[in-house]
Amino acid sequence: MTLLRRVLDRHWYAWAMVAPVVLVLALLVLYPLARGLWFSLTDANESNIGRTIGPNHIPSTYQFVGLDNYWHVLSGAEGHFYPVLAWTVVWTLICVALHYGIGLALALLLNQRARFRTGYRIMLILPWAVPPFVSVFAWRLLLNGQAGIVNKALGGLGLPAVAWLSDPTWQKVSVIGVNTWIGVPFMMVALLGGLQSIPAELYEAAEMDGASAWHRFRFVTVPSLRPISNTVILLGCIWTFNQFAIIFLLVGQAAGASSQILVTYAYQLAFSGVRDYSGSATYGALILSLLLVFAVVYRRRLGSPARENPT
Amino acid sequence: MRRGIAFLAVTVALAASGCSGSAEPADSDSGTITWWDTSDATTEAPTYQALVAQFQAQHPKIKVNYVNVPFSDAEQKFKTAAQGGNGAPDVMRSDVGWTPAFAAQGYLLPLDGTPAVDQIGDFLAGPAGTAKYDGKMYGAPQVTDTLGLLYNKALFAKAGITAAPKTWPELKTASQALKAKAGVDGVYLNPDSYFLLPFLYGEGANLVDVANKKITINSPEAVKGVQTAQDLVASGAAAKPAYTDGYANMQAAFKDGKVGMIINGPWSASDIFAGKAFQDKANLGIAPVPAGSTGQAGSPVGGHNLVVYAGTKHAGAAEQFVQFMTSAASESTTAAKLGTLPARTSAYTSEVTANQVIASFQQAMAIAQPRLALPQASDLLGPLSQDYVKILQGEQAQAGLDNSAKEFAKLLPGWSAP
Repeated sequence: MTLLRRVLDRHWYAWAMVAPVVLVLALLVLYPLARGLWFSLTDANESNIGRTIGPNHIPSTYQFVGLDNYWHVLSGAEGHFYPVLAWTVVWTLICVALHYGIGLALALLLNQRARFRTGYRIMLILPWAVPPFVSVFAWRLLLNGQAGIVNKALGGLGLPAVAWLSDPTWQKVSVIGVNTWIGVPFMMVALLGGLQSIPAELYEAAEMDGASAWHRFRFVTVPSLRPISNTVILLGCIWTFNQFAIIFLLVGQAAGASSQILVTYAYQLAFSGVRDYSGSATYGALILSLLLVFAVVYRRRLGSPARENPT
Repeated sequence: MRRGIAFLAVTVALAASGCSGSAEPADSDSGTITWWDTSDATTEAPTYQALVAQFQAQHPKIKVNYVNVPFSDAEQKFKTAAQGGNGAPDVMRSDVGWTPAFAAQGYLLPLDGTPAVDQIGDFLAGPAGTAKYDGKMYGAPQVTDTLGLLYNKALFAKAGITAAPKTWPELKTASQALKAKAGVDGVYLNPDSYFLLPFLYGEGANLVDVANKKITINSPEAVKGVQTAQDLVASGAAAKPAYTDGYANMQAAFKDGKVGMIINGPWSASDIFAGKAFQDKANLGIAPVPAGSTGQAGSPVGGHNLVVYAGTKHAGAAEQFVQFMTSAASESTTAAKLGTLPARTSAYTSEVTANQVIASFQQAMAIAQPRLALPQASDLLGPLSQDYVKILQGEQAQAGLDNSAKEFAKLLPGWSAP
């Protein structure tokens, strides 16, 4: 007790300064999170949740059901969780691999001395600067089965039209393609920053030792980039896992979208038909816990050993 | 505290509207009301905006904030706003399928005895039935409609087809003739469950049997109806539909003269006439939807009601606005301009019935089936669309509809499935 008072006495100013932020976070993050977790333990839906609309007062009649929702989803009885999860994992892996691979390749190219380097950089960053929903709608028009320019171009080459947004497999190809197009610039910029922070002496020393271009890349560039690679891959995985806008706007609103990922599926549960708030909250809680586990494991595996390594 | 104030304000507004109902309504209600219109923003909205301006000229104390909300988003947007108690409009143009569901959730004000539905007997029986829930009127019918078979007469002539097909097999033959002789796709089916209903009704099937509380979407008749649609696509008689933007692509293909027939409602006429294949309005042919193997044809009754949000602070003004927008004069104005079907008997003036689109759709209305008397009726269409798309993509019709039946059972606890 006295300790608490002493801490407060000494740091009252700091506490006062962080108070507004804590308050805003509590209001915008903690309260919705707590409410979501609570809903996931109930059978709340649109019709049994309390509300007062003008003269109509409808009392809440939803009930606490414990872990029933989680059991229903995780036991497979609900029937959608595992297929959607599998596709979400595939989607995340492919997208992040493409983002990182293409981003690194472009960053290496842009790190060379070349004419118009600034011009190239600006052009390559553009997809990132455009708001995602604008790019996605542009792509939706480009990929339209009948009138889209992509199919017109294929037709011009004498190739058959592709059902980019209709066929379940092509839907998946399309969303991965568009997400790659949108996500590469961030990786490129981040990795370019990493490349430029590698001291030139390291390369000079390697050259003195007779290292080939591949060896310099393998033994100088890659290890020096590791800290930044770890961070951007972790961020990339989390962002892609939760990449709502692209799938939702490109194909997710259409019926029969087999390319729903967990977040768009949770949205569909909460905001279509008779709104299933508890089911959606359960998905939200599961998504959160999956990402938490992933982040912790990833940091353990890759983050700490590198830092502890006394080289 | 804020809720308390809001509640007080609502009570006061209600009291005010209660007083105003009797003697001189126009003077005692004032304020700004918001109207969410769901009509087509480019072709239909200007007509409604002109009516809004007319209303404001007549009621200088009421200001109407016109907002056009895309039809496809409107239901969910309204639900979110209404449930949150924040941002919902005072008046909403609600699809007939949504109205009972909104009323059941407590989002709407009953309109019986208010100016909004003062000439209640004048509404057509079908549309008026869609606005009722639990014995009360929750909406004022604004337009009514049904689905019909729309065709391109020039393409029909090119393919040597003399009359609109009356059955689905005839439609298939006509489609193949269009493809062979006119070089265009025969028919474009919008891959959406609402547009599937004529195939079901033609076999005497329906989504559910309300009287016996039975789910009938996977009955043998329903499967047969869905297989008819599936066969049209699989055999190439129908164009391969786009499963994203299906409606927009259907309209685009028809307007450009790239497809001979579509199934759509009177609301689409103003959009179709903007297309290059229909510069001459007489090129558009309209017939009732084809019949199924029972020999019967059937199409769903659609349309829109104007509803008043239960949380409105200006109920009186909102009711007057609804009264004006659904008056015989307003409904016949929109009918003459847009080709939509009025929901009032007295709005069918000689000028309105002279309109070719309206006259043809009046015939199509003769075979229209009322929607299910069930608040969940429109929610059933969502899961059915999911399975309909999969069936059109090649899934077994029976398996797909069995899955729909399972989804229906979640929405209708306690109902029996075959």
